[in-house]
Amino acid sequence: MREKIFAIRAAVEEKLTTATTMEQLEELRVAYLGKKGELTSLLRGMGALSAEERPIMGQLVNEVRALLESEIQTRSEQLKKEQMQAQLQNEKIDVTMPGTRQTVGNRHPLTIALDEIKDLFISMGFSIAEGPEIETDYYNFEALNLPPNHPARDTQDTFYITDNILLRTQTSPMQVRVMEKQEPPIRVIAPGRVFRADEVDATHSPVFHQIEGLVVDKGITMGDLKGTLDIFAKKMFGPECKTRFRPHHFPFTEPSAEMDVSCFSCGGKGCRVCKDEGWIEVLGCGMVHPKVLQNCNIDPEVYSGFAFGMGLERIVMTRYGVTDLRLFFENDIRFLNQFKGVEK
Amino acid sequence: MKLPLSWLKDYTDISASVKEYCDALTLSGSKVEGYEILGEDITNVVTAKVLKVEQHPNADKLKVCSVDAGEAEPLQIVTGAPNVFEGAHIVLAKNDSTLPGGIKIKKSALRGVESNGMMCSIEELGLTLNDVPYAPEYGILILAEDAPVGMDIREYLELSDQVVEFEITSNRPDCFSVIGLARESAATFERPFSVHEPKAEGTGASICDSFAVEVTAPDLCPRYCARMIKDVKIEPSPQWLARRLRAAGVRPINNIVDITNYVMLEYGQPMHAFDTAYLSGNKITVRRANEGEVITTLDETERKLDSSMLVIADAEKAVAVAGVMGGMNSEIQPTTKEVLFESALFDGTSVRLTSKKLGLRTEASGRYEKGLDYYNTVGAVNRACELVEQLGAGTVVAGMIDTAAPAPAARKIPFRPDAINRLLGISVSREEMEAIFARLGIVIDGDTVIPPSFRPDLEGEADLAEEVARFYGYDKIPSTLSSGTNLNAGKTPAQKNEDKLKSFMTAQGYSETLTYSFVSAKMYDKLNIPEADTIRNYIRIANPLGEDTAIMRTVALGSLMEAIATNVHYRSPKVSLFELANVYLPKALPLTELPEERRHLVFAQYGEGDYYTVKGLVEELANRFTLGTLTFKPEAEHPSFHPGRTASVYIGEQYLGVFGQIHPQVLVNYDIDVPVYAAELDFETMLAVNVPPMLYKALPRFPSMNRDLALIVDRDTTAADIEACIRRAGKKMLCDVQLFDVYQGKQIEEGKKSMAYSLVFRAEDRTLTDAEVNTAVERILKALSEMGATLR
Repeated sequence: MREKIFAIRAAVEEKLTTATTMEQLEELRVAYLGKKGELTSLLRGMGALSAEERPIMGQLVNEVRALLESEIQTRSEQLKKEQMQAQLQNEKIDVTMPGTRQTVGNRHPLTIALDEIKDLFISMGFSIAEGPEIETDYYNFEALNLPPNHPARDTQDTFYITDNILLRTQTSPMQVRVMEKQEPPIRVIAPGRVFRADEVDATHSPVFHQIEGLVVDKGITMGDLKGTLDIFAKKMFGPECKTRFRPHHFPFTEPSAEMDVSCFSCGGKGCRVCKDEGWIEVLGCGMVHPKVLQNCNIDPEVYSGFAFGMGLERIVMTRYGVTDLRLFFENDIRFLNQFKGVEK
Repeated sequence: MKLPLSWLKDYTDISASVKEYCDALTLSGSKVEGYEILGEDITNVVTAKVLKVEQHPNADKLKVCSVDAGEAEPLQIVTGAPNVFEGAHIVLAKNDSTLPGGIKIKKSALRGVESNGMMCSIEELGLTLNDVPYAPEYGILILAEDAPVGMDIREYLELSDQVVEFEITSNRPDCFSVIGLARESAATFERPFSVHEPKAEGTGASICDSFAVEVTAPDLCPRYCARMIKDVKIEPSPQWLARRLRAAGVRPINNIVDITNYVMLEYGQPMHAFDTAYLSGNKITVRRANEGEVITTLDETERKLDSSMLVIADAEKAVAVAGVMGGMNSEIQPTTKEVLFESALFDGTSVRLTSKKLGLRTEASGRYEKGLDYYNTVGAVNRACELVEQLGAGTVVAGMIDTAAPAPAARKIPFRPDAINRLLGISVSREEMEAIFARLGIVIDGDTVIPPSFRPDLEGEADLAEEVARFYGYDKIPSTLSSGTNLNAGKTPAQKNEDKLKSFMTAQGYSETLTYSFVSAKMYDKLNIPEADTIRNYIRIANPLGEDTAIMRTVALGSLMEAIATNVHYRSPKVSLFELANVYLPKALPLTELPEERRHLVFAQYGEGDYYTVKGLVEELANRFTLGTLTFKPEAEHPSFHPGRTASVYIGEQYLGVFGQIHPQVLVNYDIDVPVYAAELDFETMLAVNVPPMLYKALPRFPSMNRDLALIVDRDTTAADIEACIRRAGKKMLCDVQLFDVYQGKQIEEGKKSMAYSLVFRAEDRTLTDAEVNTAVERILKALSEMGATLR
């Protein structure tokens, strides 16, 4: 009896090492430990044993049974692991193959820059004004201290529709519209499309974009103009950016200035981007001309204000090194999509 | 305006380097465009004397010379110049010298004989006969016999100068002159500045006894000064004058013409010189031109004039277009013996309009149109006469004709230092301000100031503030931040919706484009739009750049189709583009009031997707913007779209736009060879939708039951009709209907199609029973059968 038990144990342990599938393992279990299995049969033949031997053998059979069950279990877990390994190996893919993409588009580079500028001024308490692209002579010129036959009108080659209706040549008419509608305090930017009869080339376009700014309140000074635009420059071109204000002339501001920023490419040492000047001209600005305030029924003895205007294309071109203005309106997807990463 | 610094030194002494000078002037308001150092390209070139000339042993045309260049030993120079002779004073480019055009001269052997440099002609020095009138036309330059030896040629010929180019703004006509810029320079550097009063008394009887000027249009000519020169000797100008003109960018011609140009540059007052031999009658009339009057101007072009233009005329004919250009008929000739100098003030607007009409802009017209100084004409004409005497160009006749109309009243501007400080945000004392004004010629008169006559730009207190700021220094104004609040800060709901729309479109894979607002009238043809369509009621630009950009668009699709075509032609495989584009809709034509500007959302794609992807986008757009339920109607009439694959879309009864597949003929018109799907929706209509406040809806608490129905229907039956029928019959219990399969072909009768729907039933207050759902399905099937649908 004892020999038989040990023979079964040896046989099972022997077969365990060669079993390579879960099915074989199950067969092995059924064959030896199942209801009709060999070890189970041994228990049934226990009646032939003596009374002293019976419990001893019984215990032995149970011990062997427990041992074999545990060994089968161990082997089973091992096999499962191997199978998982095999499966994983089998499921291997080429992870360097290109991903499947849900392509997203992006905003136009001019919109991207404009959005940034809008956010920046909104954070300084500005709101955004709008106005028509087809304008009257009054708003585009006359109210801005550019009476008929003013020589400065010639520098803005104007598209006319009638003698009195034109395509706005600047975003400044929106200043007048805001001042007519709203009492000070006023703090707005007015971005938009403007039109000038310039033949198309790398640096000229009959359609381009400007951003106008206007602040009117009691006690606004030229120092406020400098301070506000200085913050704009630092936020737009980096904290190291320095500004320089040069006297200039615009009919609708007095005193007037042009603002240069230190070249963000070379930091002011002089390079290709700034044409070795160290400075890049960014915008025109000044204190709102008293005549313009008067035209809008705002008393210049009580209120003062500043205004500024900049070309959007110019900012985007210098910032990203775009050398041909035509690219902005050609809408070649290979150009547009280059700006995907800079969209905020 | 080009300013030679040597000329500036006649009026003020400034010791700054050219770089410092440019920076300082830029910061005080005279913007420097750049500067040029003349003579920089000529080095190691000297005056020399030929001591001996011998025949070259190996070449007939060459000579071997011994030349004294001021060095210890004479230099041996080989030359081919035919005009070289012993004793000649010449210009020698020595070994290791440079000449204009990047030419380098080195010691070399010519046919076996060593040459230590090169004798120069005027061309090699970058000069012309106008600069060095005594130079021979061919061969090397022979200098005067008293020329020193060994002197740098730049010094001898006065070739060195520094020329600064300014961008002068239109409000500062006074700075279009050496004197004006000298005044600014002196004020900037706080240096003394003075203009001497030109004197030329003249001789003999006064011009007024023999000549007369009549102004019949005093509104266009407030002042006309004239002086006469007799015994004129036309010859080249002296070197110093020619060099200054050339440095300032003006070509020297002869002494009289050069004097007029010199005075214009120096005083900013345009001058003209007439040869009196060609003036008929001893009188000049300043009058409006006769309609259709013809004059040939100095540029040899015949000009047809009209009565808005001002001319200078003699007894018979116009001899100059006032303030613009003189006529050929009285031009200064080499034989000219008597000259009349004109120094006049013409109305700026009139000159500007005349110059514009004639398409002729000149140095003179550019100055006149900005408005010149009433008091400058006298000084200028006297300066011209002074130069005539200085140059020995003729005899100045005594007296001056001056038609001066009453002088314009001097302006008085209130001067309140406090107000200026308040505007600028600084605190500068009254005394400092007065010192600045004094340097600029502004006269202080108690609490007012009187600006000088040459400063038409100084009109009010703000202008005075700018003068203070310029010379106090813009850079010294402290940067501050305005106080005060603006309760309206931030974007309006419509502005936020615009942002939202762009985010939505880019997330759907579309990239934003920007296209011109004006288009060609041909765009309407390309879009197949019939001649009579009211959408062709467009606004036309009166002076367009060309026909391609002459029409303010009423449709945005055409511009986007151009962008699509561009990308197709560049072979980008799949492209999705959108634009939020303005269209311009006139209320009446021709325009009497501003048109309506509406933003259209237009988008198009090729290379992927189909009608249903575009429709899906429109449906999702409606969700994103809470537009409510959209209605889609088959659109077979839109000329730009495929008649069987296009829908117009409505929000309730309100038309929103159209979308679908672009008509194949339109694709042909745009030279596009792939199907394109597109939409044009009115963004303003979307914004006008009244969005109800959003309220949370409770999630369902009871389970739903699903039923699938496969229906056989006629091929022309629309999904919209079936769904509407199902929803009507399903009543409240039916909470969702989804079409999940459409099939026609094998096993389906010809002319029919199979449509499979998934129906979801649910009650809010209980779990539905099978029986309840079955009743509902039967009701639905019955309703469907009435429209010819059967269960498959």
